Amino acid sequence: MTALLEVDDLSVAYGAIEAVRSVSFVVEEGQIVCLIGANGAGKTTTLRTISGLLRPRAGDIRFDGKSIAKEPAHVILSRGVAHSPEGRRVFARMSVEENLLLGAYTRKDEAGVRTDMNRVYELFPVLGERKQQKAGLFSGGEQQMLAIGRAMMSKPRLLMLDEPSMGLSPIMTQLIFDTIKELQQQGTTILLVEQNALAALALSDRGYVVDLGQTTLEGPGHDLLADERVRAAYLGQ
Amino acid sequence: MTTLLQQIANGLVLGATIGLIALGYTMVYGIIQLINFAHGEVFMVGAFGGLAVYRWVLPESVRGDWYISLPAMLVGGVVVAVVIAVLMERFAYRPLRNAPRLAPLITALGVSVALQEAIRLWFPNADAAQPFPRVFIDAQVRLGDVSIPASGLLLIVVSVILAVLLQTYISRSRMGRAMRATSQDRDTARLMGVNPDRVIVLTFVLGATLAGIAGVLYGSFITNVDNSIGFQNGIFAFTAAVLGGIGSLRGAVIGAFIIGLIKSLGGQYMPGGTQYDYVWIFVVLILVLVFRPQGLFGEAERVRA
Repeated sequence: MTALLEVDDLSVAYGAIEAVRSVSFVVEEGQIVCLIGANGAGKTTTLRTISGLLRPRAGDIRFDGKSIAKEPAHVILSRGVAHSPEGRRVFARMSVEENLLLGAYTRKDEAGVRTDMNRVYELFPVLGERKQQKAGLFSGGEQQMLAIGRAMMSKPRLLMLDEPSMGLSPIMTQLIFDTIKELQQQGTTILLVEQNALAALALSDRGYVVDLGQTTLEGPGHDLLADERVRAAYLGQ
Repeated sequence: MTTLLQQIANGLVLGATIGLIALGYTMVYGIIQLINFAHGEVFMVGAFGGLAVYRWVLPESVRGDWYISLPAMLVGGVVVAVVIAVLMERFAYRPLRNAPRLAPLITALGVSVALQEAIRLWFPNADAAQPFPRVFIDAQVRLGDVSIPASGLLLIVVSVILAVLLQTYISRSRMGRAMRATSQDRDTARLMGVNPDRVIVLTFVLGATLAGIAGVLYGSFITNVDNSIGFQNGIFAFTAAVLGGIGSLRGAVIGAFIIGLIKSLGGQYMPGGTQYDYVWIFVVLILVLVFRPQGLFGEAERVRA
C-alpha cells in the first residue's frame, strides 16, 4: 500500500482564530478514510485546505509524494483531487448536465466525458431523467447525488466528500453510502468527513477522530467503532 | 407622426451605443460584484484609439475607402480598449480583490479620472473636442418618412449582432460556463478547476472589445469626440444595466434601448425639451427601483435553499 495523501501536522487559521491546530493523517491508495468529530472540530477546514481554497499556516500536504500545500485550487484539481463541498453547493441556476460538464471542466477527452456522464446517470437515474432541469429545483438528496456525480466527472484519484449525508433521509443516506462503497470498488480513493460517525466508520478502512483542531485517535474503522472513548463521545453510547 | 418615428430612430441609435457599453458593466458586476465606473472611459479611449489609427496609421489614399479604414480603426479601438482594461484589472482591481467593496469602487472612480486626464494631456489637442471622421458611408437611409444616417443604422445592427453573439458565447461555450459558475459561486467554481483570474481577465477583455467597437462607431456617427464622452455615456450605460437588472445581459441591452428612447422622446415631448432629457431617465430609473429593486430582468436576492 502506498500513501496517496499525507497530511502532516497541518495548521490553518482564519485571521487570528486557529481552526486547525495539528491535524495529521494518511490516506492509502484505494482506501476509504473518514474524519469524524464534533461540529467545529476543523474537519471542513482541513478539506478546504487540501483542495487549495485555504492556505495552511504550517505543516504540509503531500499528494502522490509531492507537496500541494502551496498550489492554487485549479492545479490541485488537475492533479487528481476532487472535492464535493459541505452543503452540496451545486450551481442552482444551471442544468444538471451543465453542472456535470463543469465537473469535467479540465478534461479534454469529449468522448470520455460523455461516457462518464452516462455513468453518473446510471448511478443516479433521477439525474438522467431530468438532466435539462435547473439543479436548484432538485431535493436535497438529489442535489447531493449531483454534487457527488459532479466531483466524479473530473476522474479524480482522490474524492473528498464533506458531509454527504447531511439533511438526508435514512433511505437516501443508505443510497449515498452504497454509492461511496461502489466508487471505492471501481478504484477511487475516498476521504470522507461525516457527522454520522456510526455509518461512516462502518464503511471506512481507517478513521481519524478530530477534536478541537487536532487528530486525537486513529485506527481501522471497526476498531474505532468498538473504542469506548469514541462510543461515548460520538455515538452516544 | 414623422417626428415621433424620427425620434424613435434617434433613440435606437443612442440605445445601441449605450447597450454595447452596458454589457461590459453588467458582465464585470456579474463576476466580481464591482461597478467598474471606469468602463465608460474604456469606451472613450477606444474612440481615441480608432482616431489615432485614422490620423497616424492609415495612408491618405485609403482613408476614403470605408471597407479599409473602418475595420482598421475598429481594430485600433479594440486593441487600445482591451489593453487599458486588462491593465486596470491587473494593477488597480486585482490587488483589492479581497478588500472591502468600497475600496475597488473608489479606485474605479480614480481610474476613470486618470484616464480622462491622460487623454486630455497626451492625445494631441485633446483638451478640446476633436473632429472624428465619418468613415462609414456618409448618407441618410430613408425608411418611409424617417431618415437615419447610415452610420447610425450600422451602430444598431452591430450592437444587436454583438449582443446575440455574446449571449450565445456565454450560454454555450466552455469558458462561458466557467464565467457563469464563477459568478454564481466562486469557491465552488475553483473546485471544478476553474482559474478565477483567467475568467475575470476574459470578462474585462470581452467588455472592452464591445466598448472599443462602440467607441469607434459612435465617433464616426457623432463626428466629434472629447475626453468626456466616456463619462456621459458611461452613466447612461450604468443606469441601463441597473434598470435591466445588473448581472443580466438581456437586461442591459433592453435597458439601454429603453434609456435611448426615453432620452430622445423625453427631449422632444416633455416640458423642458432636450435640456431636461436626462431628468426623465432618472425618473424612470427611480420608479423601476422603487417597484422592482432587482431591475427588469434581475434575479431577486434569495437566501440559499
